[in-house]
Amino acid sequence: MKLAISITGQTLDSPFDARFGRAASFCLVDTDTGSWTVHANPALSASGGAGVQAAQFIAQLGAQAIVSGAYGPKAYTTLAAANIQRFLASGHDGRTAADILTAFKSGHLATADDATHGGHHGG
Amino acid sequence: MKQLVILSGKGGTGKTSVTAAFAHLAAQGRFAGQMLLVDADVDAANLELVLQPDVLDSQPFRGGQIAVIDQDRCVTCGDCESVCRFDAIIESKGQFVIDPIACDGCAACVYQCPTASISMQEQTIGECTLSESRYGSLHHAHLYPGQENSGKLVTQVRQRARQQALDKQRQLVIVDGPPGIGCPVIAAVSGADLALLVTEPTVAGLHDLRRALQTVQHFGVPALVCINKADVYPAGTQDIEDACRAQGITTVGQIPFDLTIASAMIAGESVTAFCPDAPASLALSAIWERVAAVLSA
Amino acid sequence: MRIVVASGKGGTGKTTVSTSLAQVAAEAYSVRFLDCDVEAPNAALFLHPALATQREVGILVPRVDTQACTHCGKCAEVCQFHAIAVVGQTVLVFDDLCHGCGSCTLICPEQAISEQLSVIGVIDTGLTPEGIAFAQGVMNVGQAMGVPILRELKKWTPEAMPATCDAPRQPLEIRDAPPGASCPVVETMRGAEFVLFVTEPTPFGLHDLKQVAAIAREFDLPAGVVINRDGIGDDAIDTYCAVQNLPILLRIPLERRIAEALASGQTLVDAAPEYRTLFKDLLERIVARMNA
Repeated sequence: MKLAISITGQTLDSPFDARFGRAASFCLVDTDTGSWTVHANPALSASGGAGVQAAQFIAQLGAQAIVSGAYGPKAYTTLAAANIQRFLASGHDGRTAADILTAFKSGHLATADDATHGGHHGG
Repeated sequence: MKQLVILSGKGGTGKTSVTAAFAHLAAQGRFAGQMLLVDADVDAANLELVLQPDVLDSQPFRGGQIAVIDQDRCVTCGDCESVCRFDAIIESKGQFVIDPIACDGCAACVYQCPTASISMQEQTIGECTLSESRYGSLHHAHLYPGQENSGKLVTQVRQRARQQALDKQRQLVIVDGPPGIGCPVIAAVSGADLALLVTEPTVAGLHDLRRALQTVQHFGVPALVCINKADVYPAGTQDIEDACRAQGITTVGQIPFDLTIASAMIAGESVTAFCPDAPASLALSAIWERVAAVLSA
Repeated sequence: MRIVVASGKGGTGKTTVSTSLAQVAAEAYSVRFLDCDVEAPNAALFLHPALATQREVGILVPRVDTQACTHCGKCAEVCQFHAIAVVGQTVLVFDDLCHGCGSCTLICPEQAISEQLSVIGVIDTGLTPEGIAFAQGVMNVGQAMGVPILRELKKWTPEAMPATCDAPRQPLEIRDAPPGASCPVVETMRGAEFVLFVTEPTPFGLHDLKQVAAIAREFDLPAGVVINRDGIGDDAIDTYCAVQNLPILLRIPLERRIAEALASGQTLVDAAPEYRTLFKDLLERIVARMNA
């Protein structure tokens, strides 16, 4: 399956970014083959609705699941509507996207069954 | 890590003077070296006037975009003017021009222009600054006059503070909030652990306090109230105490009217540091103890 | 004639000045008063209008006809605020992100989008005992954007002014501005002819005065200053005004009995009638500057 992970850099070894809407980029990993690509998050500079924009973006990338640190209510709704599975990770689950991938494969990550916070109201 | 936000609804009730006093008092007690400060009133950022910090780093803040018309390509059909709901496109001397202040950045005109003559340009609308004050790091910002998007700037300042607090394992972030109940207030209050509303015993103060309390409750943040200039109009102070009691909101103290607060402001000091024995300082020390107890609970 | 009363810093006495100015002006002009502080509207507490009408105001938000929609995604593409999202066969609309610009409605190739009013506040109108035509915008709690309410508020025209015996009076509009120096203050000043700044002689008062004065300069508006609580601080405001060529039109010293009366909801000219003459003089000086 195609898994998106929010990160702050350019590679699979880049640090995990716990933010979703304002993550620097997303690492898209094929969990079957291990091949990966990195995509800059277009929502980083959004005035508002960053979570919605980021969710649409990873839907367009074809991701079937996402790992991030938190989801606002609009991001959550959009991801759910796109049938993208939502997983939660924290710094304890690993420092890099590769660590997060390992944790995901071992089934250690919790799923987000609701928005994790009330949103940021950025504009 | 706990985030305390100071709010009021009505402006000028003394939010910043209370914040500065708390910064001083917290730095003396169990939060010494454990605290960060945020000035979230980005269009009237006054905390730095009291704390007089050293600026460490200042970065441009890019806000929304505005439309720009390429006059060489424009065929002056006026389609842009007819779709703009913000009256931001003006016909002037045979040309259509954008009023940059009125432009909302919606880009409706960009998509309707038949000759693709309009583009969106990002604006630098303020600065986001990290400073070091005598009581701890201060995250503050300056929104250029007349700009939009102060909610986004507030969010950014708070996120930077939160990140620093997590990185350096700070225990407390004190946020000096903006007046009102709109976008910057929502940005300042969402996700905070506790709000202290500073009000004054005037008909306007009570009216705005009610709206501010509703806003804080709307976002699920517990609230405390303190009454500034409490002795100016004791009947009003009683009204506020009664209104809070009826709503189950704790009032944590009254600050008497005290011109020492203005003198401290001019001296560039918090009132509690400027004159610890002033009536306002004694009241603020007692209020801080109660707020700190709630934060530690 | 349209006068804005602004301050930058909150709580310097904008409403104190604007309400007294309105009362004094009502003796000679047909006065229209707009409380533009939609987040914290307080002027009604002092002017006591009999609020007779209330109208809901808001922005037009999109509603998508799911039968007609082909999920092409154009609407989401043009929305700068990400208020509309198309994922797979679902269209999501987030009203609280929408600015009501209508871009999605215009772009939809299937004309599948219609618009409906999303209420963000109300406009109340009525007459005060002095015959001032009064209107205030009140933003609903939890809303972020007050500017659309302001736009509507400024369009309000009183249906009929109270029948006064004498000759028709010249209209005069007074707008009580919100604090701060961002978009709502800009919208309040747009279309005005004079800005009266109310400040206090403290570093906070001065710092925030500079912010709003910059907006007034951008609009090229003539301006004057009222120093409230004169004497509590320093003379930095005087120095600034002299350098900027901003006339100081009135000084109001801090007096405890006045502070008490204002706190209880009285206007300054009612609480201290000696200010009536001073406010008449203030108004005359403002009018002279507007006509200059």
